[in-house]
Amino acid sequence: MGTKVAIIETKNLTYTYPGASKPSIDDVSIKIEKGEFVLITGPSGCGKTTLCRTFNGLVPHFYQGELKGEITVAGLNTLDRHTYEMAKHVGLVFQNPENQLFALSIEKDVAFGLENNGVDRAEMRKKVDWALNQTGIYDIRERSPHEISGGQQQRVAIASVLAMEPEIIVLDEPTSFLDPLSAQKIFEVIYKLNKEQGITVILVEHRLDLTAKYTNHLIVMDQGRVRFEGDPREVLSNEETRLIGVGIPKATLLYELLKKEGLGLSSKIPLCSEELADQLLEALQK
Amino acid sequence: MIEAENVHYSYPSKVEALKGVSITIKDGEFVAIMGQNGAGKSTFVKHFNGLLKPTVGSVKIDGVETTKSSVAALARNVGFVFQNPDHQLFSETVEEEIAFALKNFGLEPEIIEKRIDWALNLLSLTQYRKTSPFLLSGGERKRVALASVLAWDPKTLILDEPTIGQDHEQKEKLRQFIMQLQTQKKTVVIVTHDVEFVAECNPRVVLMKEGKIVADGEGKEILTDPATLELSSIVLPQIAQVFAKLSDLGLPKDIIDIYEAKAILLKEAWRRGK
Repeated sequence: MGTKVAIIETKNLTYTYPGASKPSIDDVSIKIEKGEFVLITGPSGCGKTTLCRTFNGLVPHFYQGELKGEITVAGLNTLDRHTYEMAKHVGLVFQNPENQLFALSIEKDVAFGLENNGVDRAEMRKKVDWALNQTGIYDIRERSPHEISGGQQQRVAIASVLAMEPEIIVLDEPTSFLDPLSAQKIFEVIYKLNKEQGITVILVEHRLDLTAKYTNHLIVMDQGRVRFEGDPREVLSNEETRLIGVGIPKATLLYELLKKEGLGLSSKIPLCSEELADQLLEALQK
Repeated sequence: MIEAENVHYSYPSKVEALKGVSITIKDGEFVAIMGQNGAGKSTFVKHFNGLLKPTVGSVKIDGVETTKSSVAALARNVGFVFQNPDHQLFSETVEEEIAFALKNFGLEPEIIEKRIDWALNLLSLTQYRKTSPFLLSGGERKRVALASVLAWDPKTLILDEPTIGQDHEQKEKLRQFIMQLQTQKKTVVIVTHDVEFVAECNPRVVLMKEGKIVADGEGKEILTDPATLELSSIVLPQIAQVFAKLSDLGLPKDIIDIYEAKAILLKEAWRRGK
């Protein structure tokens, strides 16, 4: 996990939306180190999205409500900072891309954050083109973000955040409207940025089949609380994780069914089909 | 029954989204329409409740051409749940959202009450009865949209990306509910990218690409054919991926069910004396 510097740290963080009868996040204490690829999952309504909104100060600055406890992101206390200040450090890709897009063309949407930060024109051009290419929307850059499909809109939202090259990227089910191959390509791009540039990634996902393999720090939330946290191989093989409704990857489930029947597979719990297939070849052929 | 014949559709911007699509969906069938973004899936299913009318070709619902009936008349029989719940929700509370169509159809208040209870319970929303849909999470809003359509009990259900934002438990409930609809001879058409969900349901699968249908058949067959899937930007379900990588062992490749996978692998291990 690299340099062991906490880039996000919360202590007993509790937050209640205005008018809500109970907190959406409840006594959450987590530590995310610089350069980590963190996956957050849990049943719908468990507080994942709300937690993400605390990372750039949208909670509580925009949503109001009551926040208790401590939160430090990129060395800053989000309570004392404006969201535009936090935005330089934390790029957030929303669940619903429509909430995020507003410009007349895709290209302008992607350039917006850089323009705001006063990046010079040539540099901006370079960064925007790079982000458009990474997300596969360079060819449609002149179209309006409102006349394209939900999947394409998600690519625009991701490109807008990538162009800024923030220290931390938070993605809330960023590819839910995309077809599986496109989703996989986007996850690969994000994984590469994480590995090569050390950008800290926080990904919220239900589909662990697609994403468990990228992480070594999994957080499972339920009813506003962190229920399990740690190495995904351990967390996903825990019976209780299953009981709160987390979708375990099929490869992991099949491994356990076979292991229970006494098939001589290795003790390393697989997270994806490649890992399970390798173990099966080994066990059946040796 | 849904009969689409040589359907072409061009948006006002002149983009031709459908280029001659024909399909027959019988009463009681469960069909998953899959394909890459922009393949025309959503455009196609919007023809099934008359939201869109073909530029060329025809769509008949129970023998009646959609050009000859109104969306309001079609809606009673064909319920449509949009991909993005925010395109559909507008009421102050979850309860009112569900009641809206029921009132429009002129149902008795007691029946409306019962239907609301039933739909809330089915989709685990009872605790949010008096809550504004806009205070709910993305996954929950999606379920409100679904509840508001299921409540009027249409004969045919069109669900555009029903599993988006849904956790494992909700997906399993949705799967069981669709299975239950099957026993009542209801027709269910889903548009989805969720290969794992389709693998678990094993419906008829229709693959689209660039405004055309490129494959139509049994889920188990299509979801285990890498060449065809790649055409439509779909990846193999995880169990099929495992068997594709075990090709050297001479095992069957058309496996998507985890329990079938287990049985085959154990048998193979036994055969090899492991």
